[in-house]
Amino acid sequence: MKSLLRQTALATMIGLSAPAMASLAYVSNEKDDTISIIDTKTQSVVDTIDVGQRPRGILLSEDYTKLYICASDDDTVQVLDLASRRIVDSLPSGEDPEQFALHPNNRHLYISNEDDAIVTVVDVQTKDVLAQIDVGVEPEGMAVSPDGKWAVNTSETTSMLHWINTETFEIEKNIVVGQRPRHVEFSKDSKIAWASAEIGGTVHIIDVDNLEQIHEMSFKVPGVNQDRVQPVGIELTSDGKYAFVALGPSNHVAVVDAQTYEVLDYLLVGSRVWQLDLDKDEKHLYTTNGVSGDVSIIDVENLQVIKSIKVGRYPWGVVIDPTS
Amino acid sequence: MSFLSRISGAAVLALAGAIPLPTHALNVQIGYLQQQVDHGPVLSNVIPEPEDAGFRGAELAIADNSTTGQFLGQTYALEARVTESETDALAAFETLRAQGISLFVVNAPARTLSALARHAGDDVLLFNAGAKDNALRTSECHVNLLHTMPSYAMLTDALGQWLNQRRWKEVFLITGPTGADQQWANAFRRSAKRFGLEIVEDKPWTFDADLRRSASKELPLFTQADDYDAVVVADVRGDFGEYVPFNTWLPRPVVGTQGLSPVTWHFTIENWGAGQLQNRFRELAGREITGEDYAAWAAIRALGTAITHLDGADPMTLRDYLFGDEFQLAAFKGRKLSFRDWNGQLRQPIPLTHPRSLVAIAPFEGYLHPRTEMDTLGYDRPESACRIND
Repeated sequence: MKSLLRQTALATMIGLSAPAMASLAYVSNEKDDTISIIDTKTQSVVDTIDVGQRPRGILLSEDYTKLYICASDDDTVQVLDLASRRIVDSLPSGEDPEQFALHPNNRHLYISNEDDAIVTVVDVQTKDVLAQIDVGVEPEGMAVSPDGKWAVNTSETTSMLHWINTETFEIEKNIVVGQRPRHVEFSKDSKIAWASAEIGGTVHIIDVDNLEQIHEMSFKVPGVNQDRVQPVGIELTSDGKYAFVALGPSNHVAVVDAQTYEVLDYLLVGSRVWQLDLDKDEKHLYTTNGVSGDVSIIDVENLQVIKSIKVGRYPWGVVIDPTS
Repeated sequence: MSFLSRISGAAVLALAGAIPLPTHALNVQIGYLQQQVDHGPVLSNVIPEPEDAGFRGAELAIADNSTTGQFLGQTYALEARVTESETDALAAFETLRAQGISLFVVNAPARTLSALARHAGDDVLLFNAGAKDNALRTSECHVNLLHTMPSYAMLTDALGQWLNQRRWKEVFLITGPTGADQQWANAFRRSAKRFGLEIVEDKPWTFDADLRRSASKELPLFTQADDYDAVVVADVRGDFGEYVPFNTWLPRPVVGTQGLSPVTWHFTIENWGAGQLQNRFRELAGREITGEDYAAWAAIRALGTAITHLDGADPMTLRDYLFGDEFQLAAFKGRKLSFRDWNGQLRQPIPLTHPRSLVAIAPFEGYLHPRTEMDTLGYDRPESACRIND
């Protein structure tokens, strides 16, 4: 009955918004086992979909027809068809998948298996496991460079970035960074990688050509104890102007000049901010705030927080479909 | 006894995986010394403490270090010895020293620990993963001794902060007969002063009746008083304290060593990635992790973190790094942990738990400290006579 009502409501809403197709944001709610769908035009939740247990990392297929979901406690990656909003498939993922990254070839999915100290590579078309790569303790962050050359995994307790050659599936370099590295983000030209260290409180800038650290950033949020400044998610504007860094339980997002690595501002958002994504024209940045159970929207031009939207319990990841 | 014969002399060697090692190899051996203590008969003996508490945590940390080490050409091995007396512990220490080991984790009573620290010399590093005695942090410090186990004062300060924050300021204190009970109660009395609590009754526990049969008769009478907000129990070995909750004269919560307890670690902590630590431990040991396991794990992870950074295992160089500004330990307590330079204590948040749930984690907001809020727990620099780095 509930789902019938929801579908009716949804049909009505789709009917209403049909003329100007709005862009949609997807948010994984770790403790509700749901995905919230936000219409970025009206900036409100338009649907909530039941998914597997403990959804954390989410990402869109390269053609934006599917959403991949790490259902951590089900030990699987689920495939959500965006048109029908139904789970249509699942992929072998190894145990406890937390984060993943899709190769630009739209086929190779790199999954970190937190409990097993392994990265699993799955072909999303054939569902074959192509490789399982030994990494450090508690693999977490995954990123593939836009040129497809490197897959990078962060291992939280080992505190390393593991650089995996995407042709051989072998580790070619390990870089020790601050304690508990969480996330890696590549610049659009694949030349620079940004890596956050949650407990270290640092962001490490890596020159990808030489695989060496060229800069280390730290943060000082006015009025917030230094222990609570814990960088996690990173998002870069494609014009190379800004980097946004989610600072966890400090409840702030740092705005960084992506060229000089200087912190320009700290923006107050909801409690325990973790992941970030820009909308399609990069005018707004969406943040997931786990403890307050909401999503904050930042106006990128004015660098101001303009709205917060209540979602499910413990929102973890957010991705915005630029085509919808 | 079975645990003793099983692990004594056993070397735990975690093997590197299929990854080719870098050319230079560093083999790190860490000694683990445990002294089994007979706590005597207790009234509440239903849930026994695991005999290998501490050892299993050390084992997990060796595995964690080895997983990291495989990328750096570092291997880790644990040499464990379980003894039953101070003399045996000193002999076991000498044996391991003769094998070239200079890094040790010790899970033993304060007396044995102090004897070891005095005996060991300055070219050795010892980590206390067992003794909570305040004196080891205030007057009887040793240059070669660091503590990953919190002190009694850190635990009772956590409880004191929480009681103050709840505005449950009038308490009824019951103290058991053992030395540890007295130490816990003394620590609590200090915490009560620091956090504005009033101990309205301060009674020693002297009954020797079997409370499993008579708790509902004895305890209401014992806890009669005008009024109080909570009952605080100091019963470290778990003799009578389990029978205090629900048997008090007034309908009041029970806190302390039973009821709501400040602890080193608890299996219900899942924030900050702790779920992964809990899973890894369960898989390894087939039981839940204890405070001793956590303290031993934290000690070996602190060493591993330093060795990863330094790419060397010289005890004095490690010591400098562990006390340096750069050192930070990620240990699933939501903050980076570091060592107090005056007494070698690992500063750390303290969870307050009841048997099946996490209630809160100290320090609480509003308890400020110029260095770090974690230094509102336990003996701060001006309160301690120790200066092991001056």
